[in-house]
Amino acid sequence: MNGLLSLLIFLPVVGTLVVLFVPREKPSVIRWVTTLFAGAEFLVSLPLWTFAGFRRSGDFFFRETHDWIPSLGAKYSLGVDGISALLILLTTLLSFISVYASFTAITKREKEYYVFLLLLETGMVGVFCALDFFLFYVFWEVMLVPMYFLIGIWGGPRRLYAAIKFFLYTLAGSVVMLLAIIALYFFNTSGFLGWKGLGNPATFDIVHFQSIASQIPPDLQLWLFWAFFLGFAIKVPMFPFHTWLPDAHVEAPTAGSVILAGVLLKMGTYGFLRFSLPLCPDALASNARFLGLTSVGWVAALSIVGIIYGSMVAMVQKDMKKLVAYSSVAHLGFVMLGLFALNNAGIQGGILQSINHGLSTGGLFLLVGIIYERTHTRLIADYGGLSGVMPVYAMLFMIILLASIGLPLLNGFVGEFTILIGAFLADWRWAAWASLGVILGAAYMLWLYQRVFFGEMTNEKNKGLKDVNLREILTLAPLIVMCFWIGLYPKPFFEMTAKSAEKIVAAVSAPNARRLAREAAPRLASATAPVPVAAPIPVVAVPEVK
Amino acid sequence: MPFPAGDTLLILPELFLTAAALVVLIWATAVSREGERGLAYFSVASLAVTGLLLFVSARMGGALPRSGFGRMFVMDRFGLYFKAILILVTIVIILFSLRFVGAATYPGGEYYGLLLFATVGMLFMVSGTNLASIIVALELMALSQYVLAGYFKRETKSLEAAAKYFVLGAFSSGVLLYGVSLVYGAAGTLSLAGIATAFAVKDPPVFLVVGVILVACGMFFKIASAPFHVWAPDVYEGAPTPISAFFAVGPKLAAYAIFARIFFVGFGPLAGDWTAIVAASAALTMIVGNAGALMQTNVKRLLGYSSIAHAGYALLGLLAYGDGSGIGLWSILVYLLAYAFMNLGAFGLVILLEAKGYAGESVDDFNGLAKKNPWLAAAMLVFLLSLAGIPPTAGFVGKYFLFSAAMKAGYFWLTLLAVLMSAVSLFYYFRIARAMYLVDGEGTVHWREEPAVTAAIALCAAGTLAMGILPGPFVQFARTCLLPFGP
Repeated sequence: MNGLLSLLIFLPVVGTLVVLFVPREKPSVIRWVTTLFAGAEFLVSLPLWTFAGFRRSGDFFFRETHDWIPSLGAKYSLGVDGISALLILLTTLLSFISVYASFTAITKREKEYYVFLLLLETGMVGVFCALDFFLFYVFWEVMLVPMYFLIGIWGGPRRLYAAIKFFLYTLAGSVVMLLAIIALYFFNTSGFLGWKGLGNPATFDIVHFQSIASQIPPDLQLWLFWAFFLGFAIKVPMFPFHTWLPDAHVEAPTAGSVILAGVLLKMGTYGFLRFSLPLCPDALASNARFLGLTSVGWVAALSIVGIIYGSMVAMVQKDMKKLVAYSSVAHLGFVMLGLFALNNAGIQGGILQSINHGLSTGGLFLLVGIIYERTHTRLIADYGGLSGVMPVYAMLFMIILLASIGLPLLNGFVGEFTILIGAFLADWRWAAWASLGVILGAAYMLWLYQRVFFGEMTNEKNKGLKDVNLREILTLAPLIVMCFWIGLYPKPFFEMTAKSAEKIVAAVSAPNARRLAREAAPRLASATAPVPVAAPIPVVAVPEVK
Repeated sequence: MPFPAGDTLLILPELFLTAAALVVLIWATAVSREGERGLAYFSVASLAVTGLLLFVSARMGGALPRSGFGRMFVMDRFGLYFKAILILVTIVIILFSLRFVGAATYPGGEYYGLLLFATVGMLFMVSGTNLASIIVALELMALSQYVLAGYFKRETKSLEAAAKYFVLGAFSSGVLLYGVSLVYGAAGTLSLAGIATAFAVKDPPVFLVVGVILVACGMFFKIASAPFHVWAPDVYEGAPTPISAFFAVGPKLAAYAIFARIFFVGFGPLAGDWTAIVAASAALTMIVGNAGALMQTNVKRLLGYSSIAHAGYALLGLLAYGDGSGIGLWSILVYLLAYAFMNLGAFGLVILLEAKGYAGESVDDFNGLAKKNPWLAAAMLVFLLSLAGIPPTAGFVGKYFLFSAAMKAGYFWLTLLAVLMSAVSLFYYFRIARAMYLVDGEGTVHWREEPAVTAAIALCAAGTLAMGILPGPFVQFARTCLLPFGP
């Protein structure tokens, strides 16, 4: 299976080249060529789902390594574990859906549109595949450019502002992350500033960095943690770095919103999982407080503020898309809370909820896009009583909406519930605050549904609306199937990430284990007494929902 | 003083180019306006031959580095690296100028002659190992530049540019010379190696430190870094656009080469005194350059301020003097190559845009370019991304090296400022991208196709992308061209 990841990264580039040579007067050819490549990409990614190795170990598979910049030690190095494999599958699925959801929505400059969409897919898949920090950073930045154009060219009335705001915000975060990467690089080799280096050969290998995490001095870890935090938290986005998100979401075309919510935000959570947690365990375990909270406490607090603030702001939105955008802030707050519970349940729930959010929020954006194409308004006040004229649409909307709220039998419930267990184990107050968010989530979503679909039809123009057509049902069908699948039988998804999550938990609990061992050592006079080697990892039964 | 015949071989390429420049000047008196293209082609050919001679004389006559003329001139890989780039830059500038000079109302003969003289000056400069030879070469370059800036001699803007450039340039030369005289007074020699040995042993007297600071100020002027940067936007705006492109790249690269050579080789032992000044200037330059560019609507001025900002980034490399790995100089070499590619390319687009004279330099003139000419727009996008330091372009690789050099040297806050400023820079670079791709409607300016310019732009775009995607060979090559230096 060697070369699968390279194929995944470069197949969309090939697609781009093919599209470039199709004359722009033939938009339907361009559309179908793109669909073909995006579909092929999805099919090529399927072996990642069937591959059994992820369920056995948390290592990286499908490894590829080639020299790239020898004098720096940067390599073209790829590999995936269960977490990144799942996110790649989400990426290829949502990209495919986005392509054929754009058939009627995009009517100008089709050629450029599909070129940018394919380039974006390359960047996203690359981010999840890269095992070299330099390569990771390159993909991380490359992806911003097509997204900028997707928002800026095909977006709504304030698209120019939204596009550059998105770009600048993310760039500001990622350049600080670049400093952290440089710091890590020099720490591994010759040292810098006051820190003595380890004297290892120059490398950007992420696996190697993870293996030296315990040698990084705690004060450096703290710096690294907050530098990474800035890069990833802006991407997630966490409160108070979320302000780019409503603008970008509202102005982006439907497919752009789907990918933005479904995949781009997940890069932030992925970054936390892949870098912040395993590389800075001492920073997480540290009791150093700032304004009364530890580092983990701060992240959790910001997540909770995100959940509640996002929900409350979503409640008062007049624009459907903006409402969904703010609901993303709340949902991602849940994900972050789960990750920073730093236990198995929390991390697994966080990963699953990342996927869930991609499915349900992606679905909601598609649904809003469908009605917007018909009426060219997204204001809730312009609707009412839609269920009478568009019954199928109303039903599909209901399913996705309930998935987003977290109703049992649907995916959101599994994710949120697991996160709440994790949060409860970490600190019961976190779970208490977060469950307030669950209630608020149900409130704003159901109220939205009530105002749009029930009641009297007040707007004359909506009387003649056509219900969803087959293509639109087909765009939503995979998402709905996935929502039910995860809701009814989440086991394969949990299995896929379990081993990697265990590895992360082991990494973040290592400093505590060392501390316990240190404290225990004097008391254990007898040489035969066993020294505790690992902190008790809370073992949580994954909720089985039948 | 007689010199061995072998010394002549050392400067054979420069001698040849001087002869070619003289031929161009004489030929120019006999040629009609239509025949000026012949002069341009002759200049390109003689530059190519110079490059060839450079290669030959580097290969023949023993191992590098070789010095001659009483250790005034050295042929080393560091110098050759810059010479190769500078020759390429001048060739590209001449290609840019073909139509531009042809369409102007001024005869083009002296134009090409002066470009070649400036190039001769630059080539001597980067090989100078004695303050005297460096300054003579610098003045040859500078005097040609003053005339070129005012080449559109009946346009007020061009005259203004020339006058400003001349007055400030002459002033900075005075400052530089005064600094050199103080250094000479303290060291008793003008040779860089001699200065280094003279200062390695004894405590530097105060007037020597003043001398070093004054030399640094002269250098700051040449590379347009704050607080000696004010001339740059005005001169870039007023000068004929190919000349602005030349100023932004050629003389700046040469000035960086001697900056590095004088300070690393000659003033190395005094690094403790000059790094603080360089750091302060770097910080100020990055802020002033980026802040100034934010509000510009004229593309030439925008690129002028942007080149100030880039001068600030490049200064970071000089700060890593003390690091034994040579990462500081190495990063400057990598960065300047990237800088040459992306700036020449961006100016090339402006040249294509100018229908005549000064028409069409505003950002709005780029409106709708993506529809009119998608390939040119894509090339411009590559240059803009590279200038802003977004991968996978040469600019990112260059900046990565500079930032890591500064971090290694312990300038954390300066590096933080640099990365934040480079994020800010995206805002103004992408105003052009926005005009090309996002804004509906079309610019009022007519685009003239010009095969020579398009080819040069394609070359720059290819270079920018190649260096960004596969930086390995470029980086490796730069690493072999370092100076012998360091504590």
